[in-house]
Amino acid sequence: MALQDVSGFQDTPMSHRWNTPVSLSGPMGDTTPLLDMADERILGWGRFKSSERDGEVPLRFFIPTPQSSVPFRCDNRHTSLSSLSTSSSPPTRRPFPLCHGTTTLAFVFQGGVIAAADTRASCSGHVACPSAQKILPIHSHLLVTTSGSGADCMLWERILAREIRLYQLRHGRRLSITGSAKLLSHMLHPFKGTDVCVAATLCGWDRCGPKLFYVCSDGTRLQGELFSVGSGSPYAYGVLDGEVRWSLNEQEAISLAREAVYRATHRDAYSGNCVDLFHITAQGYCRRDREDLREEYHRERERERVLKRGKEKSEEDKK
Amino acid sequence: MFATQVYGDNGKMKEYHYTGPVEHRFSPYSFNGGTVLAVAGEDFAIVASDTRLSEGYSIHSRDSPKCYKLTDTTVIGCSGFHGDCLTLTKIIDARLKMYKHSNNKCMTSGAIAAMLSTILYGRRFFPYYVYNIIGGLDEEGKGAVYSFDPVGSYQRDTYKAGGSASAMLQPLLDNQIGFKNMEGVQHLPLSQEKAVQLVKDVFISAAERDVYTGDALRICIITKEGIKEETVPLRKD
Repeated sequence: MALQDVSGFQDTPMSHRWNTPVSLSGPMGDTTPLLDMADERILGWGRFKSSERDGEVPLRFFIPTPQSSVPFRCDNRHTSLSSLSTSSSPPTRRPFPLCHGTTTLAFVFQGGVIAAADTRASCSGHVACPSAQKILPIHSHLLVTTSGSGADCMLWERILAREIRLYQLRHGRRLSITGSAKLLSHMLHPFKGTDVCVAATLCGWDRCGPKLFYVCSDGTRLQGELFSVGSGSPYAYGVLDGEVRWSLNEQEAISLAREAVYRATHRDAYSGNCVDLFHITAQGYCRRDREDLREEYHRERERERVLKRGKEKSEEDKK
Repeated sequence: MFATQVYGDNGKMKEYHYTGPVEHRFSPYSFNGGTVLAVAGEDFAIVASDTRLSEGYSIHSRDSPKCYKLTDTTVIGCSGFHGDCLTLTKIIDARLKMYKHSNNKCMTSGAIAAMLSTILYGRRFFPYYVYNIIGGLDEEGKGAVYSFDPVGSYQRDTYKAGGSASAMLQPLLDNQIGFKNMEGVQHLPLSQEKAVQLVKDVFISAAERDVYTGDALRICIITKEGIKEETVPLRKD
């Protein structure tokens, strides 16, 4: 698909219809309600304008148009009647909840960037997947950690990967991490105010060294050296703030990241199961095996038991 | 699991007592029940669904299976809102034909999964209320199961249950197929006969405890020889 767009390949005779410079349009708002246009939009087929780049559309969205263009709000058990009546048009409630809840963290140190995340995908009290992958590699030197709504993160990262690859094919060099963060932030900007929920940290190594960015769907884009995102982030921050230093060696950094995720999963109900750890250096990223934190819990209990026994014994000896 | 607010502010149940003024609005969605299950083996995949179509307290049909054959090596199971299931399968069929005509080959299971993810996300702001599970054989002939949420987030699993009884069936599958939470048990690979028997047992249990599951069970077994279908009766009450 990327190569097709770069080479300007016009697929079928219908392609002129696909080159409409429209990113978010409702089906009723069109002045030319050709059946084929509606069909093509319904079929979800979005095509790039291969000639100009200003009208490029990452993905075609079907935005239903009620009386006003207020987008939908997600079904919330806490939505009361008063908040509904203040909105100008009644939003259709989604009858299902979206998946949220996670702990992800990333920090920069002298040996590169460490990214760690738990693997539980929860959905309003039910664990939808105990082995989700929340750290997605975009290319050999860039990882994105996902937090927020699972589907939003997965799709936007696919779109980001495609855009970065297109940039690389068009310009012959890789987009910098700063540029990738800006690209993601600008792509998400039209959806500010809707319930698209993406809170991603881009961790990578480019020409300027290790970089870490936090990009959020409400428009935040920050560069930093330590970020933790998600419902378990306060607990992870507690562990990380005490220990993270630039001069950590690789083993210490990895065990610190593991410990932070473990503590967060222990206290946060929406995080849990296993921990994924990635380490990015100038040569690229390398992934460590997924570890089940249940074993970690048992190991810690065992260690405490041994220590306690040792302490009791020494007290008895003293007496 | 899908109940929004059963109790009103004064502690009384909304469906039976007066709990204050309620604003009624047309909802374009409806929940038609049904459970879908998929299991992937070494060289086979099984997609099974019950055939009951219900709405509220009524049963619309006892013979409405939720597995749809897409290609010779892929079957999709869709449960949730039946209107969206039908439209979604029509759209997938159309896209499969378009792909076949422009690329001169059938879509693989992985490609169908990725395509479905973008189709579902294209309706992020007015989603298809469908819980999909795709079961089939991948390019190497191994079984593959892809499970989706209504907005397009997906991943490849070994087994997955979706629909109204999913919360009951998933832990059972975790235990019997994933051998999770058991100690000292030998991890034997799943044979096709054992998998089919397990699916039948699991649906019989689901029909006992979930009101929206029952009537009959349709099993599609996908192997490199093709797709075989079996129908097993379940409780009709």
